[in-house]
Amino acid sequence: MSMSPRRRRQVFRVAGYVLFAAVLVAVAAAADWGRLSEAFFRLDVARSMFPDAITVALRNTIVYTLLAFVFGLTLGLVLALMRLSSILPYRWFATAYIELFRGLPALLVLFMVGYGVPLAFPDREIPGGVYGSVTVGLGLTAAAYMAETIRAGIQAVPKGQLEAARTLGMSHPRAMVSIILPQAFRIVIPPLTNEIILLTKDTSLVYVLGVTSTTIELTKFAGDSLNTRVNPTPLVVAGLLYLVITLPLSQLVRGLERRARKER
Amino acid sequence: MSTIEISGLHKSFGALEVLRGIDLSVEAGEVVCVIGPSGSGKSTLLRCVNLLEEPTSGTIRVAGTEVTDPDCDIDAVRRGIGMVFQQFNLFGHLTVRENVTIAQRRVLRRSRAEAERVATANLSRVGLLDKAGAYPAQLSGGQQQRVAIARALAMDPQLMLFDEPTSALDPELVGEVLAVMRGLAAEGMTMLVVTHEMAFAREVAHRVVFMDGGVVVEQGPPAEVFGSPREERTRTFLHRVLEPARVSENEIGVQRKE
Ligand SMILES: Nc1ncnc2c1ncn2[C@@H]1O[C@H](COP(=O)(O)OP(=O)(O)OP(=O)(O)O)[C@@H](O)[C@H]1O
Ligand SMILES: [Mg+2]
Repeated sequence: MSMSPRRRRQVFRVAGYVLFAAVLVAVAAAADWGRLSEAFFRLDVARSMFPDAITVALRNTIVYTLLAFVFGLTLGLVLALMRLSSILPYRWFATAYIELFRGLPALLVLFMVGYGVPLAFPDREIPGGVYGSVTVGLGLTAAAYMAETIRAGIQAVPKGQLEAARTLGMSHPRAMVSIILPQAFRIVIPPLTNEIILLTKDTSLVYVLGVTSTTIELTKFAGDSLNTRVNPTPLVVAGLLYLVITLPLSQLVRGLERRARKER
Repeated sequence: MSTIEISGLHKSFGALEVLRGIDLSVEAGEVVCVIGPSGSGKSTLLRCVNLLEEPTSGTIRVAGTEVTDPDCDIDAVRRGIGMVFQQFNLFGHLTVRENVTIAQRRVLRRSRAEAERVATANLSRVGLLDKAGAYPAQLSGGQQQRVAIARALAMDPQLMLFDEPTSALDPELVGEVLAVMRGLAAEGMTMLVVTHEMAFAREVAHRVVFMDGGVVVEQGPPAEVFGSPREERTRTFLHRVLEPARVSENEIGVQRKE
């Protein structure tokens, strides 16, 4: 008996559901639930992490993210404008910077800022201690990505907008500030929010700078708890706390993108 | 002193010479319509007048100021020249009212109250005061173009440039924009208009300029240019524009398979 293509598609669909459910049941049956909950979901271990997990670790993760983001955004905007400048050396510099920092591991840059530069200039230091080093160390890399995002945003604003502004007698900088950048930023809010999500995760690298009990962030905090309690539950707790930051952000991105599609 | 005096204007884009020696003047209060085939350089001519394009050679004076002089303050000159584009180019992040006030505030440094007053007057002028709070995306093309005209008028220009202001509009929206332009002409505004609306040119223009291949082929009162064109190229163009349904296959070189 031969099936019509439509009938066949239906059968494949049902088979797909059945396969998924079967695998799920098999895994659940094979798993050692007692062992799993003993390892990853020990309530007493989890409870012992609070309130420091939130008041210190989560707070620092957010602070590092915001500092690096503001630094990266500012530098990224300058680089984007240089990239689009009519002055050739500015374009060269911006292009070289972007290529360089997109090509280097964030960890290497963090080492350079945290240890390399202090070794070279022992009599000076980056203000703000570890906060300053993190701002610069993560911000330098973030700036390279954000510069490209912002440049694309500026270029996505129709050329006629600048012409209309100039025709009304606005100078180029004035037109940039009042007309082009506000529209460009609207375009780049979703990708910039993605940059924040990436930065949030990159703050886990900060431990290499040697953080103290007051400057500790989530990943290092979880690692330390794991060591003292000899139990991996802290990793699960830290993971959930990261999601507290990143899930609303990605939700926001999705919402903004949906709205942008509608406006078009 | 003419409002616009163009002499010996040449403009090339790389190897492509788009304007090949244009001499043209527009008197105060005059309405001049520029017509001609696509690619003949009409937009480029208009854009040279307010230096959106840098002329390759030649001089352009606007109200006595030589805009082609490197020492000329081009931002100051542009303040006095309104320009309306085919694609409207309203500022999408600003409301209609803000579109009309922003340059008054930032460029002319008018007070908020003064800018609002001028905006209200000009939005009424184009019949869109009730849309002052709307965003451009919420308006029809014809409404957007009328706002663009109000935005230009709010700067008190002594000269208005129009580059095919109705070409991007649905046919039923063309009339409202032309009505506003006709009103402006009646008030004595100096206007240089690139258009494919031959009826408008015939009725409103004091002078019609026919361009082809980067030169002015012929110019004169609309009755003459439309009624008894002197040049063959003008006749061909007018025939194709005015009677598009009657262009024969012969004319365009169609060869039929036997
Ligand atoms: N920025 C530019 N760079 C290169 N070539 C250009 C540029 N602007 C215009 N051109 C070319 O110059 C020629 C004249 O263009 P222009 O826009 O002035 O013609 P037009 O008469 O306005 O035509 P249309 O009726 O299609 O608007 C065209 O061949 C066009 O491709
Ligand atoms: Mg054109």
